[in-house]
Amino acid sequence: MAFDFAFLASGNYGALILGGVLTTLRLFASSWVLGFIVALLLVGLRGVPLRPFQWLISLFIEYHRNVPTVVQIMVWYFGMPQVLPREVRLWLNHGDTEFLFALIALSLNVSAFMAQDILSGVRAIPATQVEAARSVGLGAFSALRYVILPQAIRMAVPPLVNRSLILFKDTSLAMVIGVGELTYQVRAIENLTFRSFEVFAVATGIYLAAALMLMAAGATFAKRFPADFRS
Amino acid sequence: MLDILHQYGVMFLIGSWPNGPIGGFAATLILAGLGLTLSFPIAVVLGLARLSPIKPVRWAASAWVIAFRGVPLVMIIFWAYFVVPLLTGTTVPAFLTALCAIVAYESAFLAEIVRAGIQGLPGGQTEAARASGLSYAQTMRHVVLPQALTNMLPSLVNQFVSTIKATSIVYVIGVNEVTFAAQQVNSIELTHALQTYLILAGFYFAACYALSQLAQGLERRLAQRRLGLA
Repeated sequence: MAFDFAFLASGNYGALILGGVLTTLRLFASSWVLGFIVALLLVGLRGVPLRPFQWLISLFIEYHRNVPTVVQIMVWYFGMPQVLPREVRLWLNHGDTEFLFALIALSLNVSAFMAQDILSGVRAIPATQVEAARSVGLGAFSALRYVILPQAIRMAVPPLVNRSLILFKDTSLAMVIGVGELTYQVRAIENLTFRSFEVFAVATGIYLAAALMLMAAGATFAKRFPADFRS
Repeated sequence: MLDILHQYGVMFLIGSWPNGPIGGFAATLILAGLGLTLSFPIAVVLGLARLSPIKPVRWAASAWVIAFRGVPLVMIIFWAYFVVPLLTGTTVPAFLTALCAIVAYESAFLAEIVRAGIQGLPGGQTEAARASGLSYAQTMRHVVLPQALTNMLPSLVNQFVSTIKATSIVYVIGVNEVTFAAQQVNSIELTHALQTYLILAGFYFAACYALSQLAQGLERRLAQRRLGLA
C-alpha cells in the first residue's frame, strides 16, 4: 500500500479540508463565546433566592451534563423545527440551519459545564477572604479585584481550558446533522477517493495540533499561576 | 410522547431482541460496560508507565494518552473502521469495531484517573513498602494500587457516565444501540421528532443522573472516611 498525500492538492480536496477547518474553528469560537456568556448568566442567576427558579436552573444544568451532546444536537435540529411557527421555519431555511442549530446545542451544552467550573472556583474561596479584605480597608471592588478574582481565576481556568478542549472535539459531532466541518469533509473525501489513511491522517493531525496547543496553554497557565499558591 | 413510548418502548430498551441482535439501551449499556472494563487493565499499565522512572516508558505512555485524548471519538471510530479489518484480515461486526475504538479512547482518560489516584497517595506508602523489602511489583500490587483504586472509585463511576454518553456516536457506523433505535423510530414516525428525541434524551438522563448521584455519594463517603482516619 503506497501512501500519497499529493492527491490532496489535486481537484478541490485541499479546498474542502481548508473549508472544514475554518467551519470547525468558527463553530468552536462562536459556541465558546456564547457558552461563556450563558455560563456567566447562569452563575449570576444562581444568586436569585427563588426556589422554583433554582430548580429550573438545576434542571438546565443537569440535562446538559447527563445527556450526550449528539442527542442534544439532534433534539435541536430534528425536534425544535416541529414546534417553531411556520414563518420562523421558512426564515431559518434561508440561512445555514445546520450550523445555527449546532451552535445553539454546543453553546448551551458547554455553558452548563462552564457554569459548574466557575461556581466551584468561586465556592472554593472561604468567606473569610472577603471579610479579611474588607477589614483591612479595601472597598467592595478592590476586594473583588485584588483578593477574590485572582484566587477564583486560578481555580477556574484549568477546568475551563480542559472544557475548551472537549468543546473543540465536540464540534466534530455537528457532522451528524450535516455541518460541513472537518470530520464531515474528511468523510466526504474518503467516500469519493477511498484514500482512508491519508485523509484520516490529515484530519487527525489537525485535531491533535489544536489539542496540543490547548493542553500547552493550560500547562503554562498552571505553572505560572499555581492554584495552591496559598499553602 | 406517551404513545411513542408505549409503541416503541421495547425497541428503545432492547432493539429487536430476541428476534435479532440485542440493541437499544441494553446495547448502549453493554458497549459502555465492556468498553470501560476492557480498557481498565490497559489504563492501569499506562498509569503506572506514566509514573515510571524510565524515560522512554514514560514518554510512550504520555504519547498514547495525549493522542487519544486529543482526537475526537468519531475520528477514532473511523480509524477503527478502517484499521481493524486490515489487522484481522476479516470483516468485523460494527459492534466490535466500536468497542475497539472505545477501549482505546477510554484507556487514555482512565490512565489519567489511575495516575491521579496513585499520585494522591502519600509518598511514605511506597517508601515504607520498599523499605520493608517488597519489590516494585509487590509494592504496587499490595500497597499502592488497593488504596489508589478505593480513592478512584467516584472518578471511575463518573467515567462510566462519560462512556455511556460517548457511545451515542457509534450509530454512525451502524451499531444497533439506543441512538440508532431513535433514528429508526424517527424514520417510521416522521412527524414526532421532538418527542422521539426527548425520549432518547430521557433514557440517557435517567441512567447518567443516577450514576452521577452515586458518584457524589461515594465521594462524600470517602471524604468522611478520610476525616475519620485523620
